[in-house]
Amino acid sequence: MTPTLIWTLVVLAAIGLYLSWTAGRLDRLHARIDAARAALDAQLLRRASVAQEVATSGVLDPAASIVLYEAAHGARQAEEEQREVAESELSQALRAVFAEAQQVDAVRDAPGGDEAARELTEAVRRVPMARRFYNDAVGAARRLRGHRKVRWFHLAGHAAFPMSFEMDDEPPSALAERAAA
Amino acid sequence: MRIGIVCPYSWDVPGGVQFHIRDLAAYFIRLGHEVSVLAPADDDTPLPPYVVSAGRAVPVPYNGSVARLNFGFLSAARVRRWLHDGAFDVIHIHEPTSPSLGLLTCWAAQGPIVATFHTSNPRSRAMIAAYAILQAALEKISARIAVSEYARRTLVEHLGGDAVVIPNGVDVDFFARAEPKPEWQGGTIGFIGRIDEPRKGLPVLMKALPKILAERPGTRLLVAGRGDEEEAVESLPAELRPQVEFLGMVSDEDKARLLRSVDLYVAPNTGGESFGIILVEAMSAGAPVLASDLDAFAQVLDQGAAGELFANEDPDALAEGALRLLGDPGRRAELRERGSVHVRRFDWSTVGADILSVYETVTAGAAAVAAADDERGAGPGLRARLRLARD
Repeated sequence: MTPTLIWTLVVLAAIGLYLSWTAGRLDRLHARIDAARAALDAQLLRRASVAQEVATSGVLDPAASIVLYEAAHGARQAEEEQREVAESELSQALRAVFAEAQQVDAVRDAPGGDEAARELTEAVRRVPMARRFYNDAVGAARRLRGHRKVRWFHLAGHAAFPMSFEMDDEPPSALAERAAA
Repeated sequence: MRIGIVCPYSWDVPGGVQFHIRDLAAYFIRLGHEVSVLAPADDDTPLPPYVVSAGRAVPVPYNGSVARLNFGFLSAARVRRWLHDGAFDVIHIHEPTSPSLGLLTCWAAQGPIVATFHTSNPRSRAMIAAYAILQAALEKISARIAVSEYARRTLVEHLGGDAVVIPNGVDVDFFARAEPKPEWQGGTIGFIGRIDEPRKGLPVLMKALPKILAERPGTRLLVAGRGDEEEAVESLPAELRPQVEFLGMVSDEDKARLLRSVDLYVAPNTGGESFGIILVEAMSAGAPVLASDLDAFAQVLDQGAAGELFANEDPDALAEGALRLLGDPGRRAELRERGSVHVRRFDWSTVGADILSVYETVTAGAAAVAAADDERGAGPGLRARLRLARD
């Protein structure tokens, strides 16, 4: 064998290793996205469930109950394409209902309300967290997938191009303050 | 939950990150979680039962100063053994960009990783050169935490991606309950920090001092921290020097008592701060705070609502602010009250719960994905068998 041939083989092997390492990186990123998405779904579902529970508990006035129930129900039933809008509407409804600290106190004073208020506070805090972790993972995968080497060699395989989850997740001020206080 | 925490700096050297990790570990242990901390330490230093030594850190020149880092074969092996023995549900790495234990753990670890970014250093040349390597390691981190909005911004600019902001924690009641010391009371200004580190800003305070003493001659400055005391007062006229008292290194208890005693705490830091834990400690102890208007400080002081700010590196502005506060007991009382309400958000009960929320969020997601894989009955795929997947 000529030295040229050996060198060619060495270089090809090195390129192959590098590509397989990159494919591994990408695979790990996709796994991270799946995990982050599962976490985000769990937090959103939890928020909607607690909101629905509070809405049907009879602690709130009838108007607030209906607004909150409607939004929570909408968020739980939303199709994938409408999900971001429905969840944003739930955020807005929660903000409208819990704009004042007295409303939170009213929930707390009801039997079993302390638990519900704590769960709701936790849920509105965790949704933005989970969403930020998910979008962070999506961003990392998109950056890597934008690379020439990934596009030319189809290293991403059949995995769908990841999309970030955009919604209004601003927590109600009365609940956010309590989380901080 | 089994929690593994990685500390990048020597456990035997006092520092902000080390204290943060110590208090965080104590908080989790109190709640009944299992915690193991991996930290560089000399083999003969006594360690608390939850700390595992990663060997001695080696001093090497890095990023313009001498840093004590862990790297190489032995450290990597210790990291792998710690990960293997611990079988952690979640791994929490502090300062993952420093070329030390954090980065080694990132390389070796599998499963959910949480990382806290403490410093907000501008990007170093080494980081640019090693960007691709760094990025591949940082991609494994499922959740990033920045200690302030300012630290988050630097992180987003330099590394891309995003992070949630969770501030550093303080045991507020420890400071609030400390007993004031009579000899430190009565027209006193406090300063805590290394004397010989210009970025802590003692020189700015020394330049402002003659002006303060000209108007309020009885004022005393109490300085706690290590460094050369002679050199620190060099710029001061000889007759004013007795008004400065050096306390040397103080214990945690004395630090709290000092902050409880002084009429005003001054933080003249000129840069390099990404959080400002000392301001939170001062407010917890009920000391009115006057700080330079660094981004991080302004945020901790709620843009000046919980403590006053002065133009950075301007001794005249410092003197003016100090004189105004020392001459106005009403304003000081107001700041004390606002400060003690404001610091509640930095108490460990809040900060620890937030960090635990992050852990639970990432572990829940990872568990859901693992369960889905099991259900599908998918063993390791072809790519995994060829070792193409998951490095």
